[in-house]
Amino acid sequence: MSSETTTKIPEAAAVPPPGTATAKRRIPKGHQRLLTRRDRITLGLMAGVPTILHVALVWVTALASIALAFTTWDGIGFDSIQWVGLQNFKELFEQNPQFWPALQHNVIWFVVLIAIPTPLGLFLAVQLDKKIRFSRVYQTAFFLPVVLSMAVIGFVWQLVYNPDTGLINSVIGANEPGKYIDWIGDPDLNLWAILIAASWRHTGYMMILYLAGLKGVDPSLREASSLDGANEWQTFKNVIFPTLRPTNTVVLVVTIIEALRAFDLVFVFNKGAEGTELLSILVTNNIIGESSRIGYGSAIAVVLLLISLVVIIPYLVSTFRKERRA
Amino acid sequence: MHHSSLGQPMPATSRRTVLRGLGGAALLGAGIPLLSACAGGSTSSDTKTVTVGSNASDAVPKKGYGDVYAAFTKQSGIAVDINTKDHNTFQEQINTYLQGTPDDVFQWFAGYRMQFFAAKGLASPIDDVWKTIGDNFPSAMHDLSKGQDGKYYLVPLTTSPWAVFYRKSVFQKYGYEVPTTWDAYVALCKQMNKDGLVPIAYGDKDAWPAMGSFDQINFRVNGYDFHVELMAGKASWTDAKVRKVFDTWAETLPYHQEGAVGRTWQDAAQTLVAKKAGMYMLGMFVAQQFSNKADLDDLDFFPFPEIDPAYGQDTVEAPTDGIMLSKKPKNHAGAVKLLEFLGTAQAEEIYLKADPSLIAASTKADTSGYSALQKKGYEMITQAKHLTQFMDRDSRPDFTSTVMQPALQKFIRDPKGIDSLLSSIERQKKTIFASG
Repeated sequence: MSSETTTKIPEAAAVPPPGTATAKRRIPKGHQRLLTRRDRITLGLMAGVPTILHVALVWVTALASIALAFTTWDGIGFDSIQWVGLQNFKELFEQNPQFWPALQHNVIWFVVLIAIPTPLGLFLAVQLDKKIRFSRVYQTAFFLPVVLSMAVIGFVWQLVYNPDTGLINSVIGANEPGKYIDWIGDPDLNLWAILIAASWRHTGYMMILYLAGLKGVDPSLREASSLDGANEWQTFKNVIFPTLRPTNTVVLVVTIIEALRAFDLVFVFNKGAEGTELLSILVTNNIIGESSRIGYGSAIAVVLLLISLVVIIPYLVSTFRKERRA
Repeated sequence: MHHSSLGQPMPATSRRTVLRGLGGAALLGAGIPLLSACAGGSTSSDTKTVTVGSNASDAVPKKGYGDVYAAFTKQSGIAVDINTKDHNTFQEQINTYLQGTPDDVFQWFAGYRMQFFAAKGLASPIDDVWKTIGDNFPSAMHDLSKGQDGKYYLVPLTTSPWAVFYRKSVFQKYGYEVPTTWDAYVALCKQMNKDGLVPIAYGDKDAWPAMGSFDQINFRVNGYDFHVELMAGKASWTDAKVRKVFDTWAETLPYHQEGAVGRTWQDAAQTLVAKKAGMYMLGMFVAQQFSNKADLDDLDFFPFPEIDPAYGQDTVEAPTDGIMLSKKPKNHAGAVKLLEFLGTAQAEEIYLKADPSLIAASTKADTSGYSALQKKGYEMITQAKHLTQFMDRDSRPDFTSTVMQPALQKFIRDPKGIDSLLSSIERQKKTIFASG
């Protein structure tokens, strides 16, 4: 719930203020009202229903899960909720053998996405932007993985990584005793194996974002730099890349979100077994099921929420500051 | 693709059900009645109808249960309104389902999982039903159907044992004999290794098969009573008895198929099908992987070997499914009649006609239609002194899924760090069992 919630925070700002009520008050007495009763009801419903839904489904649930993080609750009857203070967090930080690896993996996930597929996507975008032959074909090929759901990507890559019958082990003969490579089960390998699959998709995503950014670069800039005698690399480094600044911000935000909400791929791949633990998977494992640890799971969700806020608040602050200046 | 100890789909399988679950968790904040409203069920106080909450969403069990309920309607004139839900979803929502407006009776599992909801007051005792049906069941099934308060809460329907499976032709070819003691079992593993076979097929990608391995060794080393104490959170995981289970297990780990954590049980079973592996310790549902009739006829099993003569082979792990009565059934009288019918041999026979991969829980059921494998499993279960459920059915599922599954995966990959692993399990166990 947490990552979903945080991604929705910007929307909160977009909720229309209850303007209808104040507008009504400003109307001078004696004049005919601009809005009929029917209009006011309609407007009230249009603004009110989404507001209620938003508050109930986003804010109430987010606050409820923060409150639940300080309790233990098995989900059966409200009277079984017990206040335990910081117990859940203490247990999480000190006893859960999966928590610190999970946190670490979320960070690795972000670092890898920003270090490998992002430059690769930029590189591909620059090449495709040159209007080479079959540009559309390449574009489609690289973008194709982005269209697939992460769960489907998980299934596809399992066919590649399956240690007994998978493509890699069959080709290099590593599915025999003695030479066995366990891509999915070995905690030294599985995270990297998954990150390759994640990068495979992320590259296409980044490529499209950068391609859109490059289309917005004024052609006269290129002309000017070539007139000044700059070579291709110099043009890119000194002219094109600086103009991509807004795109880079978007890319950074998108990549952070991708790293925090990483879930489906790993869940399909090996359910977050040793080596691939993620915060989102820990939340799910604790909350969903017949006798759930809702308090404990909420505590993990709160940690995830806090991390998201640390990342998102500076972004929002800088965005709003820019808007105010504009 | 993920299966429970009975070979049925487990929760947390698809992204869809997970998302639905997340949605459910989100709704908890907005109040439980919202969710239970989706649970459905007829609201009429009609005494001519009994409603059933069913998790039999797969084609074969669905037809089996459908046939059973149709036979009941024919016999009693009481209509059965079946409310079938996806197997995984049913399990994920059982909490909210039972708290809302559940059906009169609902399908569930024996063991701690049943006792948990009984203790929470989400099911009604059915001692009166057992007065009628009691004679149809062996004493081990009686024990399995009771809550912690000693009252009956479940009518068991089907079960299936866990054992060591092998291929008769492979044993014949190399002249192997069925091992009945631990030493003979280890010696056989060594011999198979020499003969170029994988001695024990193994796959723990879904994280639950290792729980079965632990159970077998535990009740052979420490007996049934210790299994129950340990699973109920009473015995300590740092006890020397538990340490001995892992030491015994570690003795055979080198003979287990390499790379188990990355392999599904289905893939492991395929090595037995292909005669590359000599043995495979699993539930009887392993037979599902033998699609060729000749291969299936070649499949046989033996009970897990004796480790401590004090306990012999008296315990069999036999996950059992059955039916429970919800807390406030609308049609109590009709529901009792249905439960009494389900406790007869006749009902089980009808079910097994449609689904021959399981065994009847009742000793009165006609076994003449059983395959050789089913007959042998039936023998093993009826002769067992104690029946255990699978670890996640005999203990708190939140403990087994969040603590034991990763811990056991860690152990089979790297058996050396066992002491710190056990103290970590014990610490986590204490907090989980202390809550709720």
